[in-house]
Amino acid sequence: MEQILVITLQNLKSIPGRLGTSLVAVVGVAGVVAVLVAVLSMARGFENTLESGTSPGNVIVLRSGSSSELDSGFQGDQARIIAQAEQLALVSPEVYVIVDLEKKSSQTQANVPMRGVGADAAAIRSDFRIIDGRMFEPGRRELVAGRGAADQFAGLAVGNTLEFGTERWDVVGIFESGGGSAESELWTDSATLQGAYRRGNSFSVVYGRLDDPGRFTEFKDALTSDPQLSVRVERESEYFAEQSRALSTFVSVVGYGIAVLMALGALFGALNTMYTAVSDRAREIATLRALGFTPVAIVVSVMAEAMLLALAGGLIGAGLAWLLFNGFTVSTLNFSSFSQVVFAFAVTPGLLVQGIVIALIIGLVGGLAPAIRAARMPIVSALRE
Amino acid sequence: MNKPIVTVRNVVKSYRKGREAVEVLHGLDLEIAQGEFSALMGPSGSGKTTLLNLIGGLDRPTSGEVEVGGERIDRLSSRALARWRSNHVGFIFQFYNLMPVLTAQRNVELPLLLKKMSSKERRERAMTALEIVGLADRAKHLPRELSGGQEQRVAIARAIVSDPDLLLADEPTGDLDRDTANEILDLLGTLNTRHGKTILMVTHDPVAAEHAGRTVHLDKGSIKAGEEAA
Ligand SMILES: Nc1ncnc2c1ncn2[C@@H]1O[C@H](COP(=O)(O)OP(=O)(O)OP(=O)(O)O)[C@@H](O)[C@H]1O
Ligand SMILES: [Mg+2]
Repeated sequence: MEQILVITLQNLKSIPGRLGTSLVAVVGVAGVVAVLVAVLSMARGFENTLESGTSPGNVIVLRSGSSSELDSGFQGDQARIIAQAEQLALVSPEVYVIVDLEKKSSQTQANVPMRGVGADAAAIRSDFRIIDGRMFEPGRRELVAGRGAADQFAGLAVGNTLEFGTERWDVVGIFESGGGSAESELWTDSATLQGAYRRGNSFSVVYGRLDDPGRFTEFKDALTSDPQLSVRVERESEYFAEQSRALSTFVSVVGYGIAVLMALGALFGALNTMYTAVSDRAREIATLRALGFTPVAIVVSVMAEAMLLALAGGLIGAGLAWLLFNGFTVSTLNFSSFSQVVFAFAVTPGLLVQGIVIALIIGLVGGLAPAIRAARMPIVSALRE
Repeated sequence: MNKPIVTVRNVVKSYRKGREAVEVLHGLDLEIAQGEFSALMGPSGSGKTTLLNLIGGLDRPTSGEVEVGGERIDRLSSRALARWRSNHVGFIFQFYNLMPVLTAQRNVELPLLLKKMSSKERRERAMTALEIVGLADRAKHLPRELSGGQEQRVAIARAIVSDPDLLLADEPTGDLDRDTANEILDLLGTLNTRHGKTILMVTHDPVAAEHAGRTVHLDKGSIKAGEEAA
């Protein structure tokens, strides 16, 4: 054991003499890890946003066959039947429309969801809180904007007046809702929005909170078997998970694709570094072997050097991704609802660990062949060099 | 003559060069007695290093027997051979082959890492070896801070630190000036006479050979008749 430790330390001490090639390996690995962690943190952030703010008892009822709130709809009497379901403790029939607002970052128009909500809406979103201004008053052309929307889109400051649809709207408050997707939205009361958008008495969806999360199946069965209704009933969390799946899958696939290509590059960098290290030190290694050191000790020491370089690269890359991207907020089109979702990159400990594991794998693979070559070098010919 | 510590019997060594095998040693016989200081001379390419490597267990003969200290080292597995080397021979190279990032003392300690002993004992043994070669005051120096002669002394300390019976030196003074070479040769002489080390030294230098009690001449892979001199 000690022999391995000492020759490993010896390898490491000789790194300054081979700084150039060692840096190539470290930088390559750092790049891979930074890109991978950044991309995955984007996918993770997106998922977080769509999944947070949901609570286990929350349900969403859409028209059967609709893929999102945008293409869902009920007549008022249908909404009333749903709202009267005995399993619901809280209920909010809601109207969902898309309005055009200017994106601050690009000064282009973007689709922003606007929601007309019922009285229980804020209570259903468990972490709903007004952080600036006040709540809208029902019946008036007033709206409150989610924190994310207010950050990303122009004109959403308390006291401002916006014009869209046929109406002018006063922005009276900013809210948060536990980082969930509602924070990308504008809210007003449902009757006001129905009026402004000539929706008559129709609603898009019904949100509700079950009195007991365990009664979901009972609730679902009751609604789906009602001959007056044709509905799709989902837990809110499942609905959002599904909404985020397309984009997060896309991002993950692209992210892993890029990372794999970069990882191949970094792997060759690591291989090159370690082959150079081994051939530079061929005579030293042969001398150690002559003294009686085992090939195993040589392999381990070369591997340890490769892994340590990779680890350094991994830590740098993960650190960079964390510094540059954690909490970095962007808005993007959610493919499923064709409206903007505001979300923050989430560089989680899990992703950092994943990045570092990838780095170590690159080190392991990149170090193995050179290590074996080093150990198999015939002593006598290496001593002649 | 003392009983032999090294017995080489009918050793053939050939190297593969591409498809054909080149025979370097042709059925060579040699005995070296315990306590002897021998010089191995011969033209370049005659197989001196090859023979030394066989005796030191760094390489194996193509055929024939190599017996050192009563052990048939040509028959040992590579693992066993590595362990045998660490216990029974010390190597001294022309270019010293010290580890550049280790201090003199750490270099000398290297062979002891293969043995069970406390780090304190290692340090003490290394210091003793450095004292024998007269370099105790340079223990903390790196090889690049030492002269060639001093580096070779450190290498000799490394060769003797685990107290082997046999020292094998391949042109130990080949890279040194006359005076420094003489100091190294005197040191080897002392190790031979005072510490009882058997030494086999390859050299091109007749002056160096004079320090040895016996000179073996190798030519084209065979021992020349009338090898005994001095
Ligand atoms: N690993 C090897 N592969 C192929 N040929 C080798 C190998 N090692 C040595 N030889 C050949 O064996 C012959 C003897 O080499 P060796 O090094 O033993 O000679 P030497 O007497 O030590 O020479 P020098 O005085 O130049 O050191 C040479 O012709 C050399 O080219
Ligand atoms: Mg030679």
